[in-house]
Amino acid sequence: MNKKLSGIRCVLAARFIASAYWVIGLFWFTAVVFTVSPVAVATPFVPNDPAQIIERLPFKPGDASVRELREQRAALTREPDNIKLAVQAARDYMTRGRAEGDPRFFGYAEGALGPWWNLPNPPEDVLLLRAKLHQVNHDFAAALTDLDLLLKSDPNNLNAWLTRAIIFQVQGKYAEAQKNCAPLLQIPSLKLTGLSCVSSVASFNGAAQASYDALYKGLEGRADITPEDRQWALTILADIAARTGQTAVAERHFKDALMLGPDIWLLGAYANFLLDQGRPTEVIELLKDETSVDNLLLLLTLAEQAVNAPALAKHVLMLRERFAASRLRNDMRHRREEARFTLHILHEPREALKLAQENWAVQREPEDARVLLEAALAAEDIKAAQPVLKFLTESGLEDVHLDGLVKQVKAQPV
Amino acid sequence: MRRLFLLLLTLCLFAAPAYAHKPSDSYLYLSVAKDGTIQGQWDVALRDLDYAIGIDENNDNAITWGELVKRQAAIAAYILPKLNITAGAAICTSTVIDHLVDNHTDGAYEVLRFVAHCPKEPSVLELDYRLFADLDPQHRGLLRLDYQGQTRTAIFGPNQAKQRFELGILTPWRQFRDFAREGIWHIWIGFDHILFLIALLLPSVLLRKRAGDIPCRPLEVGTFTASPALNIPRRELQTGQWEAVAAFRPAFWNVLKIVTAFTLAHSITLSLAALEVINLPSRLVESTIAASIVIGALNNIYPLVINRLWVVAFLFGLVHGFGFASVLVDLGLPQGSLLLALVGFNVGVEIGQLAIVAVFLPLAFGLRRSWLYQRIVLVPGSVVIALVALTWMLERIFNFKVLPF
Repeated sequence: MNKKLSGIRCVLAARFIASAYWVIGLFWFTAVVFTVSPVAVATPFVPNDPAQIIERLPFKPGDASVRELREQRAALTREPDNIKLAVQAARDYMTRGRAEGDPRFFGYAEGALGPWWNLPNPPEDVLLLRAKLHQVNHDFAAALTDLDLLLKSDPNNLNAWLTRAIIFQVQGKYAEAQKNCAPLLQIPSLKLTGLSCVSSVASFNGAAQASYDALYKGLEGRADITPEDRQWALTILADIAARTGQTAVAERHFKDALMLGPDIWLLGAYANFLLDQGRPTEVIELLKDETSVDNLLLLLTLAEQAVNAPALAKHVLMLRERFAASRLRNDMRHRREEARFTLHILHEPREALKLAQENWAVQREPEDARVLLEAALAAEDIKAAQPVLKFLTESGLEDVHLDGLVKQVKAQPV
Repeated sequence: MRRLFLLLLTLCLFAAPAYAHKPSDSYLYLSVAKDGTIQGQWDVALRDLDYAIGIDENNDNAITWGELVKRQAAIAAYILPKLNITAGAAICTSTVIDHLVDNHTDGAYEVLRFVAHCPKEPSVLELDYRLFADLDPQHRGLLRLDYQGQTRTAIFGPNQAKQRFELGILTPWRQFRDFAREGIWHIWIGFDHILFLIALLLPSVLLRKRAGDIPCRPLEVGTFTASPALNIPRRELQTGQWEAVAAFRPAFWNVLKIVTAFTLAHSITLSLAALEVINLPSRLVESTIAASIVIGALNNIYPLVINRLWVVAFLFGLVHGFGFASVLVDLGLPQGSLLLALVGFNVGVEIGQLAIVAVFLPLAFGLRRSWLYQRIVLVPGSVVIALVALTWMLERIFNFKVLPF
């Protein structure tokens, strides 16, 4: 009996030691790999080959507009006080910044407007651009102040009305937003823009299906609209259909909109839709080359997490570093994304809830409501969800995913 | 194996980095010495420099090292005057030391190392930062200022271009105490280190009865040897049961050996990692720490290592040291007094550890004969520890979270 027991003990001891050494061996192997591999060490260096490319500028090869930008800048350097040149340059930089999701261009636009930037009452063109740049930086109060000023001197500035409507919509102030859409409807040539504005706002305000029908009818059979306007209208239609659970319809609108050209906001909306549909592999296919823009990288990483893709760890690290870099400069524009990252990838609900609440104080789109509810549920802090519940009841916002979350919140004991 | 290793290396070398789109920042590190010399390092994005003064000579949208070298003098001449350093009323003059390259999240940066000389030891430093203020008002200069082991940070932009820094004096003793406090705090909130120690210490007030020893020499880790302090004849012990130690001394020696081995081991790796001699990925370290607790706890259920638990404490202590190091690195190590911080933190960890032992040992010794300790605390307690640690291990390996701590 004792002999047998002792024998078993010897075998167990052998296994114990063997596994301990496995663990230690694996540990040191990885240590060596990480020490030797160049990615792990990020210290300043001196390259040794003069031909080595150390940086690629963010312009696509053969992009003709690069030369235009350069010439425009040279002209502006010669005449920095030429307002016509400056306004044109700022507009072009803004377009580029929006198209590529690259905030450096917004900085350049502000730089071009330098001589007028701090004036209390700059020329109208500058005022509109300044408002839009404030909007990009999520300084909605400053943007609205500038737009009010502009509309005082030029009540027919439709661009100002539209920008105000969009800001109010993002803030969840739908009555205000609706008032600002109205002037656009008066102009026949802008009818679709006005209709898109009105429908988008109303779709958040308890009239999703009616808004969808109106916009759909407005878009039908119209050949005289610009691709940008059509794309915007299709994106709104897709969003309403997705929120009302009509997935096949939403899918069709998303695909039609994507055919009209690349758009970062649209790509993000479609990727979100696919994630909700449980189709992460399609998200990975869609976004695998879009890692420069934080929001798209986040969506890609969420998809990679769902299928445990090999690039997951690398992308999690990249996002971590980027949010850290934003924090260093006190950049608060990415709180929604950071809340989502912290909740779904880092699995730290309390920290995520804090971020989602800070974000909710600034913007109130369905996605903002969603991440707050999800974080409140995960952190088991039902009280934190109350402002969102109140907002949803008051606005009548229709969204199948939010409805599910609201039910879950209400099922929790307070 | 070698092929796999080479493949890994190649992947690391050629993986095309995807850079972030972010607003423009520069990273400015200043380290002020007592005699008034300031060592500076300024990382400025090549993309921003190209926009400002042009680096891409052949306009092919790719900047080569050769192109950068040609513009290094022009870069220094452009950026250095945009940073004015004054100490009191005296201007500190900067000279270039070296040009390097580094990568940040949004691409490659020129790394300009310079030294600034102030006439005397500064008590107040004033910085006036104007880089890219005209071209890109969204540009920010992110400063890290080190003085006598104290680190301060600041953000410069067009609206905060001038900032003042009082260079108060921080005594080494104060700094030592700060780091020691951090060390104690880390042990206190780091459940994993506490659990590991407790798992190893639980059997220290007991003896494992082991009868009819059949030697399995090559594999044997722990052999039972009766302590001279014990007057229990070896024959009386029966297989597979625990027996309370008779005196306090053997229990104390057991604990001392384990704690010493653990301390020695984690001090070694803590130092190596903090001095950046070895660098390990935190996921690996954290999961191995969890694994060490599982193994430690399992050993109380199926005892294999008995007398030489200190060997286990030493081996896994090495891994726990890397865990401590990551905390220390996160705290930001003062370059001037690295050793002081290291020793201070380590002393703090030891104090925290001793506090745990000081509570544990008398309690365990007092309870050692009780039914509670032998039947409830030891084995079921170890099962709970093992389960918690196993969950931690899975959480850390597969990157998810179920436990709230």
